[in-house]
Amino acid sequence: MSRKQQVPRPGSDLGDDDTGCSILHVDMDAFFASVELRERPELAGMPVIIGAPGARGVVLSATYEARRFGVHSAMPMTRARRLCPQAVIIPPSRGKYTEVSRRVMEIFHEITPEVEPIASDEAFLDVAGARKRLGRPAVIAAMIRERVAAEHGITCSVGVASTKFVAKLASQHCKPDGLLVVPAAKVVEFLHPLPVAALWGVGERTEQSLARLGIRTVGDLAETPVDTLRHELGHAVGAHLAALAWGRDERRVTPHAPDKSIGAEETFVTDVDDPIRIRRELLRLSERVAARLREGGHVGRTVIVKLRRADFTTLSRSRTLRDPTDVAQELYATACDLYAASGLENTALRLVGVRVESLSPADGAVRQLSLGERESGWREAERAMDRAARRFGRDVVLPASLMPPPFDEMDP
Amino acid sequence: MMFRVDRDVLAEAVAWTARSLPARPSVPVLAGMRLEVTESGQLKLSGFDYEVSAEVTLEPQTGEAGVTLVSGKLLAEITRALPAQPVDFVVEGARAIVTCGSARFTLPIMPVEDYPSLPAMPPAAGKVGSDVFASAVGQVAVAAGKDDTLPMLTGVRMEIEGDTVTLAATDRYRLAVRELKWQPEQADISAIAMIPGKTLADAAKAMGATGAEVEIALSSVGGTGEGMIGFSSAGRRTTTRLLDPEFPKYRSLLPTEFSARADLPVGSFVEAVKRVALVAERNTPVRLAFRDGEVVLEAGSGDEAQAVEVLPVDFEGDDINIAFNHQFLLEGLGAIDSDVARLQMTTSTKPAILTGGKPAEDGGAPDYRYLIMPIRLSN
Repeated sequence: MSRKQQVPRPGSDLGDDDTGCSILHVDMDAFFASVELRERPELAGMPVIIGAPGARGVVLSATYEARRFGVHSAMPMTRARRLCPQAVIIPPSRGKYTEVSRRVMEIFHEITPEVEPIASDEAFLDVAGARKRLGRPAVIAAMIRERVAAEHGITCSVGVASTKFVAKLASQHCKPDGLLVVPAAKVVEFLHPLPVAALWGVGERTEQSLARLGIRTVGDLAETPVDTLRHELGHAVGAHLAALAWGRDERRVTPHAPDKSIGAEETFVTDVDDPIRIRRELLRLSERVAARLREGGHVGRTVIVKLRRADFTTLSRSRTLRDPTDVAQELYATACDLYAASGLENTALRLVGVRVESLSPADGAVRQLSLGERESGWREAERAMDRAARRFGRDVVLPASLMPPPFDEMDP
Repeated sequence: MMFRVDRDVLAEAVAWTARSLPARPSVPVLAGMRLEVTESGQLKLSGFDYEVSAEVTLEPQTGEAGVTLVSGKLLAEITRALPAQPVDFVVEGARAIVTCGSARFTLPIMPVEDYPSLPAMPPAAGKVGSDVFASAVGQVAVAAGKDDTLPMLTGVRMEIEGDTVTLAATDRYRLAVRELKWQPEQADISAIAMIPGKTLADAAKAMGATGAEVEIALSSVGGTGEGMIGFSSAGRRTTTRLLDPEFPKYRSLLPTEFSARADLPVGSFVEAVKRVALVAERNTPVRLAFRDGEVVLEAGSGDEAQAVEVLPVDFEGDDINIAFNHQFLLEGLGAIDSDVARLQMTTSTKPAILTGGKPAEDGGAPDYRYLIMPIRLSN
């Protein structure tokens, strides 16, 4: 994140001609932190970090005041604290952000059905169809910013351009609390001074490869023959970057971009080598993943278990099931098999994760019944858990092994 | 050591023995086929992979006692390709020479002294006609699981009670049960064995071709423990280690009362299922709607390709819509040895049963039952 944020702001005035610029990229500013600040107005203007305060927590979000000290998301909390000892650290409260995110997305959907969420705090909108009803793209962008601020008390930044990737770059540039239109005729002028790392798909590796060729800015990239890029970076990536360097991006806004996978992982406070505790964690993660599958109306066929040793070496094992599922007990049984077969059963682990891929919609899913299966089994029990959770809150019904121990057993 | 055998006889014996050789031997010597000419002049070919053993005994035209070990796979390929003339096999030093007509092969010899001895045949338990046995095993093995992560379901359960043998197999989604009569050594025999499905199917099929009787030998007659089973027929014998005898209590799962039954003309129904199944993707169902005098077969849904076909059938009972995995349905229909199959159903989520069309004359349960679990269509 930080590397890409170090791009210089384009000095020239690009103007505000939004003709043909129907793509909006809306990005909440320091989303989790802004949501928390609504309830802690006294912290406004101070460095605030959202993340688990423990030794192994990571920064999930930080206010711009904290970012000035070099703090950024995904940074280990220990490092963030060293960089900015005066920061106020607030542990995350997940449900709250999901709720705000959902309601902000509802605003987008009132404007156009062409909404492609890419994270809980950002989305692309194609407003071509909303022009007659709501006005020019720049007007719609301003309206979104106003409504989000008025209805939810948080700010967002909006990039307006003719393609997705330029819109995204534009929103990065006007952050925080900004609005930037990149007119179709000014795209090349806007892009070429930027460092290559600003481009979508240029990671550290690619950046190094390009640096070896003496390519540092998007302009350098644009002037490099496509064949050279293909040779250096591979056929597809080379051609893709060459197109981006000239502002060409064919990707459309695809509403409801289907989830490719759903997963959850847990980093232990201290490394764990007890297989019983690992399996209990696999159960907890399976419950979480299955609940999210059901909530999203998905079923999945491929179960992946991720195991990270104390030395950070990581092992992934996967199995594809005969039939897709959204049942935690089926995920858990598969996860346990994969864990048993991994050969890491008595190895100290730092992190475990459960992930489900090959998702398909649950409503089209059919289910092969098996011999002697009870009419209502785990599937029905877990659906009942969902209903209880909707009514009484999360975690009111849990598998017995996941129930918190009685108070006197908590600190042996 | 040397022998002369007719090419057809040798090729068949070598091919049969080679079937039990491991594809990826855990020790190199297990890739070998043992050839022995006994003092009495018999030729024995054998293969073994610690689980399954196979041995053929035959009478060579001429022979000189001795024993050797050569690559089984190579010997099988060579004998299959030889012209139809007598084959001479001679060991000279560290090589075996195979001559047939104008063709001559030289094979290196493997260390026969390192080859494990084959398990002895367990005591004989009884006999059954090889053709009856082969068809019964074929009907049941089709339902055995192929998933090696659930070894308990990859076996065929053999229950012996006096003169009745019951074979059963299930992969959780269907269950095939076949009863047959045999001639036990002891009239009051009672035994249970879980036999690896694929090994049993191979052995039964190979022996079914001989037309002779199959002798079944069990190492732990009367017990339920681990052990070994052997089959021998017309000079061939095979043994295999048994699986853990754990198996679902399937008898209580077989329904006996139904609310609907359809008598299906097997040939035309199979054709229709195969046609509509063309649009059924992996593990998606073929849907059957039965009503008076006809069945509507459908597959595919939504934006996908779809197919529908109507077939007249003899149907009695409450109208029913039910869906099955087409592969399971076709395999069940393929195992029915009759022109008409009877499908009995209760509801769209309860097990259905396929049997041969004509109910037993004495009103008892039919010899063969193929239970199939439906696919539930929506959550």
